Amino acid sequence: MRIALFITCVNDTLYPDTGRAVVRLLERLGHEVVFPEAQTCCGQMHYNTGYRRDAQRLAIRFVTAFAGTGADAVLAPSASCAAMIRDNHPRLAEEGSRLARAAAELAPRVYDLSELLVDVLEVTDVGAYFPHTVTYHPTCHGLRLLRLGDRPYRLLREVRGLELKELPGAEECCGFGGTFAVKNPDVSAAMGTDKARGIASTGAEVVCAVDNSCLMHIGGTLRRERAGVKTVHLAEILASTEQEPARV
Amino acid sequence: MSGTFIGMPAFPAAARRAVQDAQLRHNLRKATHTIRGKRGEAVGELDDWAELREAGRAIKDRTLRHLDRYLEQLEERATAAGATVHWAADAEEANAIVTRLVRATGEREVVKVKSMATQEIGLNEALARAGVTAYETDLAELIVQLSDDFPSHILVPAIHRNRAEIREIFVRRMAEWGVPAPEGLGDDPRELAEAARVHLREKFLTAKVAVSGANFAVAETGSLVVLESEGNGRMCLTLPETLISVVGIEKLVPTWADLEVFMQLLPRSSTGERMNPYSSVWTGATPGDGPQDVHLVLLDNGRTDTLADRVGRQALRCIRCSACLNICPVYERSGGHAYGSVYPGPIGAVLTPQLRGVQGPAEASLPYASSLCGACYEVCPVAIDIPEILVHLRERVASGPGHAAERAAMSAAEAVLGDHRLLNMAQRAASAARGAVPRRLPGPGAGWTDTRDIPDIPPRPFRDWWREHEKERARGDGPGAAGGRADREGGER
Amino acid sequence: MTGSRERILARVRAALSDVPRGEAAEDVRVPRGYRRAHGQGPALDLLADRLEDYRALVRRVPAAGVGEAVAEALRRRGASRVAAPDDAPEEWFASCPAEVVRDAPLGEGPPLGVAELDAVDGVVTGCSVAIAETGTIVLDTGEHQGRRALTLVPDYHLCVVRAGRVVDSVPEAVARLSPALPQTWISGPSATSDIELQRVEGVHGPRTLEVLIAE
Repeated sequence: MRIALFITCVNDTLYPDTGRAVVRLLERLGHEVVFPEAQTCCGQMHYNTGYRRDAQRLAIRFVTAFAGTGADAVLAPSASCAAMIRDNHPRLAEEGSRLARAAAELAPRVYDLSELLVDVLEVTDVGAYFPHTVTYHPTCHGLRLLRLGDRPYRLLREVRGLELKELPGAEECCGFGGTFAVKNPDVSAAMGTDKARGIASTGAEVVCAVDNSCLMHIGGTLRRERAGVKTVHLAEILASTEQEPARV
Repeated sequence: MSGTFIGMPAFPAAARRAVQDAQLRHNLRKATHTIRGKRGEAVGELDDWAELREAGRAIKDRTLRHLDRYLEQLEERATAAGATVHWAADAEEANAIVTRLVRATGEREVVKVKSMATQEIGLNEALARAGVTAYETDLAELIVQLSDDFPSHILVPAIHRNRAEIREIFVRRMAEWGVPAPEGLGDDPRELAEAARVHLREKFLTAKVAVSGANFAVAETGSLVVLESEGNGRMCLTLPETLISVVGIEKLVPTWADLEVFMQLLPRSSTGERMNPYSSVWTGATPGDGPQDVHLVLLDNGRTDTLADRVGRQALRCIRCSACLNICPVYERSGGHAYGSVYPGPIGAVLTPQLRGVQGPAEASLPYASSLCGACYEVCPVAIDIPEILVHLRERVASGPGHAAERAAMSAAEAVLGDHRLLNMAQRAASAARGAVPRRLPGPGAGWTDTRDIPDIPPRPFRDWWREHEKERARGDGPGAAGGRADREGGER
Repeated sequence: MTGSRERILARVRAALSDVPRGEAAEDVRVPRGYRRAHGQGPALDLLADRLEDYRALVRRVPAAGVGEAVAEALRRRGASRVAAPDDAPEEWFASCPAEVVRDAPLGEGPPLGVAELDAVDGVVTGCSVAIAETGTIVLDTGEHQGRRALTLVPDYHLCVVRAGRVVDSVPEAVARLSPALPQTWISGPSATSDIELQRVEGVHGPRTLEVLIAE
């Protein structure tokens, strides 16, 4: 299958390892990955902060970059970006506009990693090996907008060597929330601290999620508190094999 | 209350104080988690909850889209049943109407059923200025009134107080308002509830005038409905001679049969009970039973402005259950007072700026008082997409004055993100300077670094690696050649 | 006042300028895919269970045994003087140990005053409808129920529920009721959760609710 990768601006700039893991994983599974160079950002930050027009320009940019790839699916290894594209790009468009048509055409083929694997590629055992204790944080947009449900857990349960720990208060927001984290730093930090405590209480070595921006907030809190728990994107766990294990 | 809310600091500053108050954090956490669990059980008992929610949403939308017709119908039916209907465009007018009605009775005291609408308009303060004392009779409202406090929750206005604090308030203040607290009062909730019973009993049995709100107003029949738990509502709605109900124009439902939906949605969402202990339904005045002088004050006070906004109007579906407060991780930590309004929590964050406008700094800060986690939307029994309205209101705020700097920064960010070559240049510049990033950032960035580390910047962005990967692939190194290296290039998050 | 009425209605209409002129209220579709009843169990069992869950006292008695059951309940309660609606059946009080104070029929003499109601040891009434799945009894001042104050001021309410009055669900109850008469829906004794969300029974309404389900 031909899969277009929308790396997302955050992963591109700050978490290239996640992108490399995605490429490695999909190529290992025998699929072709393409990367439209003109891609940049889905516009989520602008949209959620109230800058609709900026977001609209970025949405046009996105659909233009991905319209002609001939790919069967578009993978966005960030649940909130995938949700932004699926739910909000069509809303951003003027009725009957070119953006509206292109967004409506593209949106149903945009997936988060766990959806792509479980629903489209119909695989849960990706041959991964990750000999660590892991707890999974279901990010809000993965949970409530994409409704990922048990998909990430099904993938993690098939990983050899991995011991999955249940996260108390899993469905509570970590407190990131994009610009919320700096506009309401005290509440955001309080939420992050509680999330970090929940994670630490599991005794897991690693906390995993499908969104690096939430992990940036959680990881930043864990590091500040010297909790000794690492944050790892789901892709990096699934890309890890016995021959080439991910370094944690 | 609302009058005194005005002038409170914007949300972030108010929330900071709450976050630092360990006792408050403990009280709120305990209370919200308790009620979350109860709601979950009560909702889980009904396998058609999704269908009820969808019907609730649609009934409210039907009402709102044809509100003029339903208001006229309500007026006609209530009047035919013996009620007098009044219309109040704003708080001032509503207060004037109620004050005039109370004065006409010659009474100087009224008993009150807990009502959000009368808090919103600051009725107690207006009555006090006219020499009329209003006695709050709901236990939590009594606690708030006795301690000159503000309500911090729609359903449980004293949720921020624990039993020890409530005992202290009763001991210190009850005597000033009437029957004093009993000697040796302990802090067991049973004892405290009993003290409230004794304190208010005489007021109920002698009151001549009562003021209430209503949970629902049935257009088809002119009936009003009040849901409650303690029986203070029944006392106020039954024993006095005069009953004045202040009702927001969005409280209407078209038909009596529509209540079959809301009488399931509201109790289970609100207190997490299958049914609240008491609900009262009355239609005008009934000869020989209950108040004979019955008034209905229909209140606008910003609701028509809200109705005019096609995205924001869904907030008027709200049936004030408070499920969104109880589930909200922000409310749990900031408490209700930080919202600077009688409507706290997620629904307050979308209602207050619409009812009052976004010109004030407190109102302008409310649409940002959310991480957009979406939990509120999920539990809302009438499916108000609160995150959607929050984003919509942010747009309104961001286009106003005071956001020029942010607007410029966002526009600059968009310029960079709008062109992959500029983005790549910026990424490379960041990578080149990766060793020089300070642990503490200045300006707005300090909000992040005060409590969180910033991630290490990787030596190169993904797209630079991809180019190399493509070349390797083209050279025939086989799929995943460059990707085969499992070691991380990036640092810690 | 008339000014505000017109102003508010005009503002409402202006706010709804996007609603097509020809649209009627009924054109806004209300999907009613919810259930008329949930089938959570046999109605009388469910009613008893749900009433007890909210701390009401419940006894199931044969229809012919209501008088005896009332007498026993009042004896247990130690009630020597109870109020009752003017039309309460004689047989309820056939073996009653307590003095029964009947309210005056509507329009015939003064009704029982608040002070009198405050002085009795309880009140005995019937009900209009009882909802099994929520443990709710509904009074609508109709047959055997009397005025609203009657069941409000006394501290003890003994309610006789005939099996024929029991419905499964809220929609079934709403369909049987008419709001032309004032209603009181009662689910257990009065309660509050205002202190730390801990439920405490017994505030301003009757602190004890006892229900006799007559089969």
